Formats: sequence, C-alpha cells, structure tokens
Amino acid sequence: MAPKRRGTAGAPSGAPAPPPLPGGSLAPRGSLAGQVAKTALLGLAAGLGVWAALPLYAQGRWLGLSAVAAVTALIFYVYLSKRSVPAKYLLPGTLFLIAFQVLPVLFTLSTSVTNHGDGHRGDKEQAIAAIEAASVSRSEGGSDYTLTVAARGDAATGELVFLLTGPDGAVYAGTAEELVPLNGAETDAAGKVTAAPGLTVLTAAEVGRRSAEVDELTVPTGEGTGIRSSGLSSAYEGRAARVYDSGCDCVTDSATGTVYTADDETGSFVSADGERLSQGWRVGVGADNFLRFLTDPSVSSSFFAIFTWNLAFAAGSTLLVFVLGLAVALTLHTGRPLRGRRLYRVLVVLPYAMPSLAMLLLWRDMFNADFGLVNRLFGLETDWFGDPWTARGVLLLVNLWLGFPYQFLVATGALQAIPRELVQAARIDGAGAWQAFRAVTLPLLMTAMAPILVSTFAFNFNNFNTVWLTTEGGPFPPDDPTAGATDLLITYTYRLAFGEAGAQYGVAAAGSVFIFLIVTVLSVVSLRRGASLEGVDR
Amino acid sequence: MRIRSAGVLAGTAALTLAATACGGGGGAAEEESAGALVIWTDTERGEVLGPFAEEFGESNGIEVDIQTVAVDQLQSDFLTAHEGGSGPDILVGAHDWIGNLVQNNAIDPVELPQETADGFTPTSLEAATYEGRLYGVPYAQENLVLLRNTELAPDAPATVEELVETGAALVDSGDADEILGLQVSQTGDPYHLQPFFTSGGGYLFGTDDEGGYDPADLGIDSPESIAAFERIAELGEEGEGALKRSIDADNVKALFEDGRTPFFVTGPWNIAGAQEAGIDYDISPVPGFEGAEEPRPFVGVQAFFVASGGQNKVLAEEFVTNYVADPELAVALYEADPRPPALTAALEQVGADDPDVAKIIEAGENGQPMPAIPEMAAVFDPFGKAQAAIISGADPEETLRSAAENIRNEIG
Repeated sequence: MAPKRRGTAGAPSGAPAPPPLPGGSLAPRGSLAGQVAKTALLGLAAGLGVWAALPLYAQGRWLGLSAVAAVTALIFYVYLSKRSVPAKYLLPGTLFLIAFQVLPVLFTLSTSVTNHGDGHRGDKEQAIAAIEAASVSRSEGGSDYTLTVAARGDAATGELVFLLTGPDGAVYAGTAEELVPLNGAETDAAGKVTAAPGLTVLTAAEVGRRSAEVDELTVPTGEGTGIRSSGLSSAYEGRAARVYDSGCDCVTDSATGTVYTADDETGSFVSADGERLSQGWRVGVGADNFLRFLTDPSVSSSFFAIFTWNLAFAAGSTLLVFVLGLAVALTLHTGRPLRGRRLYRVLVVLPYAMPSLAMLLLWRDMFNADFGLVNRLFGLETDWFGDPWTARGVLLLVNLWLGFPYQFLVATGALQAIPRELVQAARIDGAGAWQAFRAVTLPLLMTAMAPILVSTFAFNFNNFNTVWLTTEGGPFPPDDPTAGATDLLITYTYRLAFGEAGAQYGVAAAGSVFIFLIVTVLSVVSLRRGASLEGVDR
Repeated sequence: MRIRSAGVLAGTAALTLAATACGGGGGAAEEESAGALVIWTDTERGEVLGPFAEEFGESNGIEVDIQTVAVDQLQSDFLTAHEGGSGPDILVGAHDWIGNLVQNNAIDPVELPQETADGFTPTSLEAATYEGRLYGVPYAQENLVLLRNTELAPDAPATVEELVETGAALVDSGDADEILGLQVSQTGDPYHLQPFFTSGGGYLFGTDDEGGYDPADLGIDSPESIAAFERIAELGEEGEGALKRSIDADNVKALFEDGRTPFFVTGPWNIAGAQEAGIDYDISPVPGFEGAEEPRPFVGVQAFFVASGGQNKVLAEEFVTNYVADPELAVALYEADPRPPALTAALEQVGADDPDVAKIIEAGENGQPMPAIPEMAAVFDPFGKAQAAIISGADPEETLRSAAENIRNEIG
C-alpha cells in the first residue's frame, strides 16, 4: 500500500519506479559505510540526549526533560522512518536555528523585562538568607571556643555535636537543642578534643562531607544568641541582628529597631526613611528598561547623534572595504599571468589572518598623539583621539585595513566565476574598459557580493571591538561622559548597562532588543534591494 | 520488512552506544561530589598558592583544587558562576569588590578569633570590613608610590612643584622625554590621580557616622574638589605638560623603564619591572601640592573571601581563618608578587630583607582604603572622563558638575 500512496498521480500502471530520492546514500538501503555513519550519529544524538537528561532529571526539571526527550525522539523518528525525506534535510538546520538564534532572542527578551543585574541576581529567599547571615556578629562579651566537630554514633549520619573548649579549658557539648558540660573528654595542647565518651570525633574530610549541616548548626545559648562554627577549629557566640518575619514581609534590625519592608516592585527591603538594604532580588519590571531608553532625556538626546554615526560608520566601512577589496581584486585579476601574483594575494590577505584584537591595540598606539608612529613619521602633532572627526577617520581607516582582505577574497572568487568572454564581447562591441566593467562585470559581481555586503553592514553596525579597543567611544564632550563621538549603539548600550552602576543585564537586554530590531529592519530592506540586483541573470 | 528491521537495528545500536557513553560519565561525576575545596584566583597567585593549598589538603585529608581566572574577569566570572550555582568555595580578590559581592549575596562574613585578627595591620582589616562586618581575610596591601630614576633625579621631591621643576629641567636639557609617568589615557584614571586630587583638597565621598563612605555625599563637585582640579589642570596639557592623555597604562611602564622619564607614579607591582630593566630607582611617597594637604593615595587590600554558595563552607572558613593567617604563606605570596603583606609578622620578616617594603608602607601611611561601596562602579567611568577632559584643557568646574550630575543620576 505504501507504493500506491507514493506513486505519481496519473502515471500509467506498470510505470517504472520513481527514481530514488536524494539522500539515498544515508537511507537504510544504502551502503554499509552509510549505515555505520548513521548509527554512530544517532548514537551521538541519543548520547547527548541522555547526557542532558540526567542532570535535568536529578534537579526535577520536567519541562526541560520532556523537551530533550521530544527532540531526541523526533531525531530518531525522522532518520529511522523512510518517509519524511524533506524533514531529514530541514531538521538539523531547524534545531540549530532554534538553539542558537531563537532561544537567545527569547532569553534576551525575557531578561529585558526584569531588573536582573548587580544587587538583583538571586531570588528573595537568597536575599533574606544573606541579610540574616550578614547580620550575625559576635555578641557583646561572648567568648571564643576551640571547636571539635563530633557526631553521636556514626560519623556520616549521627547527630552532630559541637565539642567546645572554653578559654578556661572546660569542655561543653553543644547540639541544636542545648549546651551542656561534657565530662571525660580528652583534649590536646591546642584545646581540640581528641576523644569523648559515646561520640565520634570527625576528621576534616568527614566534616567537609557534612559541610552544609555544620554550617547551619547553631547551639542556642540564650535569647537570640547562639554558638556558631567558624572553620573546623573555632567557634564564637553570636547574635543575628536582623531577622525576617514573613508575617509583615519585613526585616527587623534588633540593634537599631529599624524595620525594612519588602518592596516587590523594586526587589529590595526599604526602611520607612528610604534606606535600602544592599541585598536585593530579581523581580519583573515590565517595560521599564525599554522606557528608560525612550524617556530618559540624556539617552534620547544622544540617541540621534549616535545612531547617525552608527549608520555612517557601518555604511562607510562597508563601502570602503568593498571598493578597496574590489580594486585590489581587479588589479590582480589580469588576463596575462602576473609574476608573483600568488605572493601578492597572500600579502593582501595577511591583515585578515592576524588576530584583530592585537591589531586594534597596535593601531591605537600608532595614533597616540605623543608617542605614536603616525605623528612621528609625518612630523604631526595631531591629537587623533581628541577630536571627534579625526577619531572617526581613524576608526574608518582601521576598519578598512581590517576588513578589505575579506572583500578581496570574495571578489576574487566572484571575478573568476565570470566568463572573460563576456567582457571581451563587450569590448568588441565598442565598450570602453570602464563601460565594460560598469555594464557587464559589476552587475554580475553584485549578484554574488550583495548578500556579503549586507552581512558586512550588519556586522559593522555592531562592531564593538573596533570601537571599544581603539577609542572606547571617545572623545567625550566635557559635559557628557556617557555619549562619545565615536560611540556605536552597542558600545553606548554596553556603557549604560555595565560601565556605570555595575552590571545591569535587564537594561543591556532591552538595548540589545532595540539594536536587534534596527539591524533586522535594515537587513530586510537591503536584502530586498539586493534581490532586485539578482534579477540581472534571469 | 527488511528495511524496518535495519532501522530498528540502527536505533538499538545507537541506544547501546549512548548507554555506554553515559556509563563512564556518570561514575566520574559521582566521585567528584566527594568534595574538593575549590579556590578561584588569578593566574599569578594561583602558582604560589598551589603548594600551600596542597599542604592544607593533605593535613586535612581533602582535595584542594586551584582554578585560575584572568584577573579582570575574576569578579564577573565569580558572580556569574555563583548565580548558576557552580561557583568555587573561596575567592581571592581585591577588597573593593566586597560591596558588589555582598549585594549579590555571593560572599559570607568571616569571624576571626580576636588573637588572629590582632595579627593583621589595622588598615587591611578596615579595608576588608564592610557595613560593620569583616568579609575577607587580607593577605596583602598596596598603595601608590613615587618611583624615581636616581640617575636622573637624585633627590626625592617634597612637593609636586619640585617634581615638575626637576622633570621639566630634564626634559629641557634633553635627558628625558617626559616630566612624569602617570597614566591618564583618553578616559582618565581616578586611581592614579587620587594622591594629587586629595592633596588639592578634593574628596570622592564623605564619611558617615560609622566611618564608612556615604554614597549620599558625593564630593567631586564640591568647591574643594574643583579647587583641586584647578591645580591639576595647571599640570595638564595646556599647562606644564606633566599630565598627558597620551600616557596610558600600556606605555607608561616603558617610559620609565627606558629611562625616558625621571618619575613614575605607580604601585609595588611595577617595581620588579624597574629592577629587571636595570634602572637605579628609589621609592618615596607621592608628593602633594605645595602648601596643600597631605596626599592620600588609595590603599587596596587583597583578600580571601568565603563564597556563600560553596559546597564546602566549613573547610573554606577553616582555610581562610586559620591558614591564610600563616605568615609563611604571606611571605611566599610576597615573593611571587611584591605587595606588602597584611600580616604584621610577615611584614616585619620581609621588611628586614627588603628596604623597599618599609618605603612602600611609608608612602601609604596617609592612604585611605578604596571605597568598597557598590556605588563606586558609577563613579570611576564618568569621573575618569572628567579628569581626562580637564587635563586636556576643559573648564574644571563645568566638567566636574556634569560628571557629578551624571553619577548622582546613576546612584539614584
């Protein structure tokens, strides 16, 4: 029945079987090597699935676990079934698209509506625990003890007991319930207990294994005070000054009497007179981060200038690298064999081969006003990074140097794909060299180059490294340290989000969403225009 | 039918492969959870700590794992790891991180027995104390000094004016290229300018009743600070040319080591370089302006922190409270990287062999700890840019006012 469904409609019966579909080499009927490769790849997929599933299972994350199971099952279904041939081609790309494009964008979006950042990284419970722990201090007149950690019975499971040797040498046994004098304990010179009746003294490694329990154990000594461990061999009597009460959802400081009430809008505890505890937690803030970009007067006043320069930088860089790359490619693309052409090509590609990070720093130093190579060589005293226009010029120049070899490579490849006969025919028809280039070579070239130019533009639009490592966005006007003359949107956002008040991931994510939208619109528009160029060969 | 079975066969084989692959992995993971004490530090200190950590591990029957992270990534990586629940047990870093680490619930206070605490220099303990609690166990402290090339400038300058006079004379005679090596860069450097700023009377933050820095009292546009910058501007590009934006962190060291400048405002971390370069140097306090206040450079303290999210907190506490206070470790750390130890005993021991140590300490006598409050993050960038602008010739008052306004907006 399967052949019937697959059969081409209207084909005469008894017609030859349809030709094998593409992908046949990996289809079950294929060669042994194909079969082995398929088995190994599926094994890898299953292995990855189990590897990802185990920690998810351990932490009880059922949603993640079911996603892993579903994806693995889908992979097996698609590659073991002999139908769904198109899916075999689409699946890997789609999975990678989701994993590396869609999920990051969604994650960025979800971060952009929170106050995630320094001071608001964890949840409320962690903040409360940290506030209480940070307020425990040695109580007035409380004594220090030499500590030995022991357990009643078995070292790994028995009830924990703190054996505490006071300054006078007396030994006490402290548990979570009570503190009682202990008789019959043997101590060494440092005061550590070496043996005690009915108790097992724990070794450091054994304590290490029960670290969390030891850390939590507080031996009560009175109203609000208790003995806590500090390492393996000392303990102190302390008092927690700040205590959380879930009834009023507030933290009370018993030393000063101040009450800090939880503010779930901002994710922090605030007292009546506006004092804020530094440990906060992560909360949703809705569109606040986006509004900050739209309504903050300093942001909106700098935005237009930065956006204009950003466009000019991306468009200028793209144009310059394209023109220079193409010019060099044309020069080396001669009909007659050119001596040493291969060497020239290698030399031209060199800037592309060097690590751009180091090159950028090198260029920055070359334009140093007092010690730079450029000023020394030409006897100039130009303060390259001190003036907005020279700084912008330097950036374009540096970016040109870094970027043209790539364009050269692409253009060389594209030129070699254009039959020389076309240009020759145009020349015979009476076209000049420029006319032939303009009317024949360039349009054919653009078919191959247009998408590359769009991606070059999008890349330079977000070219963080070039700007940050040479000018850091400067020079800055004396009255505004936030927006420099060479800032791109991405460097400006970076400074807003990480340079000023610690890391503010929420703000950074909101800025990224804006940039993402801008680049998307620009790319769609230019790809549309690029598509009209492709009409040439139709 | 044949096709089907081939598919099933492939599937079964794949699952078997997967099962074997995981069998190995799962076992290793279980063994690891027996609990190694994990320490994060920067590359340089990681090497020195190695043998000591191993000794600690052996005497306590545990494994100690030292992991190194580039120093400029250390704090942010630690916070990211803490957030993901995979951070270390101990972090080694600078005391001015404390405010940020605390507001992110990433480190726990430490309780030092009184006699241990008495072994540390008061400045180092003060620096590691935040909101009244001690958060780190210090091991080294550092502050800016004035290194000078004794061949070019035999005498230590008592004032900034004297320094500029000597330096300018050397530049005029062609013996030097620059009056002073002090890194400014295009975006400014508040840390290195702090001695001049405080000598001129300026201040960053006022102090509250408990002696901590008060973020509500930002002082950089106070009349005193503006007056200080008027004096600094006189040293700038439009004035004496002693402070220049073209001198930055990357080239300042070479200036001094090549003998092209007689003076170098830097910290103990650059002394080894001067020695290797064969410069005859001496160390003196960074001078202040004539007839002005004593310069107060920042004092930075390197410390061990107990991570609040660690798996082995008790062992981590044991390590930092009882082991870091060992003078032998402090001396070894000093030998790897000559920053004066924070333990008085170790300080005396290295001071006996190395006269530089006493001079560094003397240069830091008037120092004040770098503010550890998280609000400092909002200060450095705008304040530095304001400095660079003033040094290039911008009006001090206007520039500082807009920087202060910016910082106040940011602090909120």
